[in-house]
Amino acid sequence: MKIEIITPDKKVFDGEIKSVRVPGKKGSFQVLKDHAPIISTLENGPVIIVDMANNESIFEINGGVIEVKANKIILLAESVK
Amino acid sequence: MPNLKAIRVRIASVKSTRQITSAMKMVSAAKLRKAQDKIVRLRPYANKLHDILVNLSQSLAESQVENIYAREGSPEKVLIVMITSNRGLCGAFNANVVKEARNLVAEVYYDQYKKGNVGFLTIGKNGYDNMRKHKFTIAAEYNDLLNDLTFERTVTIAEKVMQAFTTGEYDRVELIYNHFKNAALQQLTREVFLPVQSVQGDVKASVNADYIYEPGKEEIIRELIPKSLKIQFYKAILDSFVAENGARMTAMHKATDNATTMISELTLQYNKARQASITNQILEVVSGAEALKG
Repeated sequence: MKIEIITPDKKVFDGEIKSVRVPGKKGSFQVLKDHAPIISTLENGPVIIVDMANNESIFEINGGVIEVKANKIILLAESVK
Repeated sequence: MPNLKAIRVRIASVKSTRQITSAMKMVSAAKLRKAQDKIVRLRPYANKLHDILVNLSQSLAESQVENIYAREGSPEKVLIVMITSNRGLCGAFNANVVKEARNLVAEVYYDQYKKGNVGFLTIGKNGYDNMRKHKFTIAAEYNDLLNDLTFERTVTIAEKVMQAFTTGEYDRVELIYNHFKNAALQQLTREVFLPVQSVQGDVKASVNADYIYEPGKEEIIRELIPKSLKIQFYKAILDSFVAENGARMTAMHKATDNATTMISELTLQYNKARQASITNQILEVVSGAEALKG
């Protein structure tokens, strides 16, 4: 599935991944392939991405919102460290 | 006939001015491109956020969401945010904003102004200096923002403005800035920043999938509205920044053209004067020789 992590200043990440873990408002949750459509606001915290080669990369985000639909994930973050 | 030396000095000085203006044109062209890139990068974020908001507000009746950024009734305390530039030499760019702000006070908010309830927030040194010269009270100035324009730095200002609105310090906030049409054309824009206008959008843009909303539609909207306000604020400043560089580029381009015309006129004048003086000298020599012969 595909993910885009976007901030107002730039596109931080764009690519195919296996899974992503995000700091949801009601607790951290993981999105795998064929996840049901969801819109959720996010807290400050780490976004952990596992890419196709099983490498993990971590982005610290400062609040945001995530939309998952038909194996396409869009994550809007106000800033990313 | 002006003397040769004076013209020569004049030509040299116009030439060096032309060099400066053409260099400035080049610099603003580069800055313009960089600023435009920033707008392009902002667009996906702004569009997506807008889509989600439209999507949500369509599935929710407007009245269900209490919105601290909406308020009814006629405004009592007004904040006018003026976005200008820090540097001059960009044509009527700044003058237009200042004129619009003063018109707004004179025509729309005169009553509030007489009670001392109109504040100005200036971004850009030019607007600040101009309003101070005309004895307006400046509530706040953020002139150094434009030296390093980033989203994070802008957000702190937007947050202060939004907080001033929610605490009731102001009940209406308007933005005045130049919208970038193209490099040669800026469009003066006045828009109401707060209270928020209801979210509108075409139905087609929002695909109604069966979303799970977490933590809930209202909470999400409540969190997204300030986000989208911040984006609106940033967009206005970025827009103005792009327009500024466009305006400066055009102004400097015209100045360079004018200098070129001036140089060619002066050169013509110089050559005429040179020719005249040569003719004069020959005449003197010939008539001197004639006199000796006689």
